[in-house]
Amino acid sequence: MSVDTATVAKIASLARIKVSETELQAMVPELNGILAWVEQLSEVDVTGIEPMTAVIPNTQRLREDIVNADPLTGGDRRDAVLANAPAPEHGFFGVPKVIE
Amino acid sequence: MTNLTDLGIAAIRKGVVDGEFTATEVATAFNAAVAEAQVSLNAFIVITPEKALEAAAKIDADRAAGTPLGTMAGVPIGMKDLFATHGVQTTAASKILEGFMPQYESTVSQKLWDAGAGMLGKLNLDQFAMGSSNETSAFGNVVSPWRRPNDTAPLAPGGSSGGSSTAVSARLAPAATGTDTGGSIRQPAAFTGISGIKPTYGRCSRWGVVAFASSLDQAGPMARDVTDCAIMLEAMAGFDPKDSTSLNLPVPEWTANLSGDMKGKKVGIPREYRLDGIDPDVAKSWDDGIAWLKDAGAEIVDISLPHTKYALPTYYIIAPAEASSNLARYDGVRYGLRDLPDGAGLQDMYAATRAAGFGPEVKRRIMIGTYVLSAGFYDAYYTQAQKVRALIARDFTEAFKLCDVILAPTAPSSAFALGEKSADPLEMYLNDVFSVPASLAGLPAMSVPAGLDRSGLPLGLQVIGKAFDEQGVLNASLALEQRAQFTARPAKWW
Repeated sequence: MSVDTATVAKIASLARIKVSETELQAMVPELNGILAWVEQLSEVDVTGIEPMTAVIPNTQRLREDIVNADPLTGGDRRDAVLANAPAPEHGFFGVPKVIE
Repeated sequence: MTNLTDLGIAAIRKGVVDGEFTATEVATAFNAAVAEAQVSLNAFIVITPEKALEAAAKIDADRAAGTPLGTMAGVPIGMKDLFATHGVQTTAASKILEGFMPQYESTVSQKLWDAGAGMLGKLNLDQFAMGSSNETSAFGNVVSPWRRPNDTAPLAPGGSSGGSSTAVSARLAPAATGTDTGGSIRQPAAFTGISGIKPTYGRCSRWGVVAFASSLDQAGPMARDVTDCAIMLEAMAGFDPKDSTSLNLPVPEWTANLSGDMKGKKVGIPREYRLDGIDPDVAKSWDDGIAWLKDAGAEIVDISLPHTKYALPTYYIIAPAEASSNLARYDGVRYGLRDLPDGAGLQDMYAATRAAGFGPEVKRRIMIGTYVLSAGFYDAYYTQAQKVRALIARDFTEAFKLCDVILAPTAPSSAFALGEKSADPLEMYLNDVFSVPASLAGLPAMSVPAGLDRSGLPLGLQVIGKAFDEQGVLNASLALEQRAQFTARPAKWW
């Protein structure tokens, strides 16, 4: 399977990465090179093989249902959460207007 | 007077405990080495001499007060800039995180500080740990302290933990943290003549480590020798309820149980790793390693890992797929860079921010990952890769019925020059051919220096072990280290 300019533009849009026309043209052969190379996996016989979901067998844990059990990741940390936000406003994350 | 920067973890701790020198003297010596090398080697993104001195002062005070000292007491280390450090800029070597000041400390770095280590600074790396040469960092290339004879061409320190490998091999730090997704501890260790171990997936907490490919990412130590790696890994490892894939197992006493005696042990030699056109010096160092382990008492057995050739393409589907998902969080809203063109809406802001903040290799991998996970292609690429990954892991399970550890080269060549492979992404990916299979199977694997090749550059040997058997890996690595007698170090030019 190979990709054309329109497909690469679509992928970039799905990935939310703005690409210029020049970048787009450069990406097409690069991505096709990589995709052609990974294509060899289709020749592997995987009959009866389950896709791997966990590399080391482990059980899913749930944390204890205790409020603020870990003060680092518990509540009342608004200022710390917002400390690195590029545009915090009134205790919230600020974003450009999304409703007309 | 001992040159303090020539000492490793065990020697520094012993000297501090015995009162031969103070932790402050050690930190001062390494701070000076770091500052002197910064312009030429660019190993650090941020230097924190005050943090190193502060930790050292505490150790000196504890010693004076008779308080018991931790296993890393008085040892200043470099911290790969992928670990969140409270109040110290953490960037993953990307512009998108420039200025990011974590409000918390990663579990692994906290454990090291609790054991008495101090921080010299945050080490440069490939952007989001994506690269094998440190050329994808947004903060400039790291330069290896090694050079070819009569040649000043800058060489790659390996990647992605290239700041770590340069810092340890240039004696700017006795040890450093690394992370390994497809070889990012082992390949840089091999390129610079140092040791490094990636433990079993889940041994070291991923909490507070900037995520690249979560099913593969594992932290580990990089240091001068096997003993230092064992000491540091013990300090880094351990169950962490904040990481859902953390192994709920006690940390074994790897250091106390170190032994280079391989009597009764079987060492597997995977025939598929003997690639056509293998570099003759790499082949010779592998043969040396086989002879050394035989000499240590091991029995050598031929093994087969039939799906080896599919490991790299499998990795280059799975890792980008996970990366495209993990890196979706960089959106210009909650932290990091925001690029808001005039009159732009929210979607335009996301796209502009990510275009401005990510480097070309990161974009390439996000694009590949987005494509292989997209509707209509998911089964053909991603599901198929997850099935082949299961087969690669099964190859190891079968092989370990015949042997205790596996011996292989770490990388297909010694260090290449900066710029030599950066034009072609595929050629760069092929550098991980020997390291990626163990990553896909989640197995512990270590690189130790084996010797120098014809251009006078270090070559590494890799030991791969069964899941949870870091001890077997460390012991075989120690047996190699005792016989390789590797004492070469880069001549100081920086």
